[in-house]
Amino acid sequence: MPGTDWRPSASLEVLKKRAELLGQIRSFFARAGVMEVDTPILGECAVTDLNIECVTATVNGATRYLQSSPEYFMKRLLAAGSGPIHYLGKVFRDEEHGRRHRTEFTLLEWYRPGWDEVRLMEEIRQLICALSPSVEVQTVSYGEVFEAVVGVNPHTVELGELQSWARQHCGGDWSGDGRSTLLDLLFSVVVEPRLPEGLVFIHDYPACQAALARLGKNSQGETIARRFELFFNRMELGNGYCELTDAVEQKSRFLADIALRKAAGKKAIAMDERLLAALESGLPDCAGVAIGVDRLLMQLLGVGDIAGVLAFADS
Amino acid sequence: MANYSTNDFRAGLKVMLDGDPCSIVENEFVKPGKGQAFSRVRLRNLKTGRVWERTFKSGESLEGADVADRDMQYLYNDGEYFHFMEPQSFEQHQADKITVGDAALWLREQDICTVTLYNGQPLSVTPPNHVELAIVETDPGLRGDTAQGGTKPAKLVTGAVVKVPLFLNIGDVIKVDTRNGEYQGRARD
Repeated sequence: MPGTDWRPSASLEVLKKRAELLGQIRSFFARAGVMEVDTPILGECAVTDLNIECVTATVNGATRYLQSSPEYFMKRLLAAGSGPIHYLGKVFRDEEHGRRHRTEFTLLEWYRPGWDEVRLMEEIRQLICALSPSVEVQTVSYGEVFEAVVGVNPHTVELGELQSWARQHCGGDWSGDGRSTLLDLLFSVVVEPRLPEGLVFIHDYPACQAALARLGKNSQGETIARRFELFFNRMELGNGYCELTDAVEQKSRFLADIALRKAAGKKAIAMDERLLAALESGLPDCAGVAIGVDRLLMQLLGVGDIAGVLAFADS
Repeated sequence: MANYSTNDFRAGLKVMLDGDPCSIVENEFVKPGKGQAFSRVRLRNLKTGRVWERTFKSGESLEGADVADRDMQYLYNDGEYFHFMEPQSFEQHQADKITVGDAALWLREQDICTVTLYNGQPLSVTPPNHVELAIVETDPGLRGDTAQGGTKPAKLVTGAVVKVPLFLNIGDVIKVDTRNGEYQGRARD
């Protein structure tokens, strides 16, 4: 008798909803005049991010990287004068597997030249409300929500104190860990489960987690990253920036990432010189965001495990 | 013992945490998109039975715990220690009252039970999920009252007291679920 492990992971009913969602997203951007771009999945370069591992492939004997996000290609398009663009397709991140993670997943990423992150958050709200009209929307700064739940200001707390807050909330010994790891720990384990239902935008991230966002000041005069994340029913759904456009600053962040990877004993990744050249030639001021489409569908349909929205979850 | 990395964490894996042997109950992968990956783990402390929650960075590791479940025959209680024997090797182990705990309420001499060994010493004793034991003390049975829902306490040969239907008598053998102490029915024979 044939087994059943050839069968899809998601029900055909969910796959139909998935097809409808992809169609709705494409119509939303078509109406908004945001061109779809189909950037390569196989790239010569990879992100230098300390916490993102790319899947590698060998092509004609050379190492290529399955892209973890279309960001670098999209920024080269923006620098070439593309105007507003979006990508809706697969991305890959190695060593990520769980109830909310798969190595291969579907990402929606878009860029708005001339916009800042506040205006982009409003457009995201419009998109999500078009898909789920009754959703509640709230906006809060990282500092406010972190201090309310953990009990300390994440922008000004000393490292030693942050280590003892981590021990107090999570047990274990965190005395050897750095600021960013501890903020990730406390945010993921302590803050995230206490976020309200619905859509929550969290803006003004700690400066040490700027990634590719510009730095700025909040109303208290603290240095923050002009980065935001959105959460849908307490699940991280997306990450956006007021994009860094300064090639010199970008290069120094690449070098800092490379040094961090080396210190952590992770695989060496070369910086993307063509992205730097594009920034030198002039990336327009813009805001951009990436949203996990599988997770969005999970929340829209009330599915608890990502396998339930993927045609085939364990390839 | 070997070390186990967070990638190896599975339900049932026995590891050492804060000096105590623990069994992993659940392991959830947690990772902010741009951030550090963690394993959020629930572990049962095998000494106290308490469930702990701990978070580890992905790739961290814990030492394996030398813990093994063995089927053993309960031999006798000398007043201080309970004695058990591995049926194949005839190797004997003794365990104190604290280690045996509530399992003592369900064990008759010669019965087979599970003894969990930690570094070769008994750590806990688990009776079979279902046991058949005779009633040694209860109020007289009420004939014809098989349909009514009433119950009465009955003391079993091992000392456990369970609620049984009113019609049962001293000498009746009943089947009990040891996990919740509930009466399951009369034994078939």
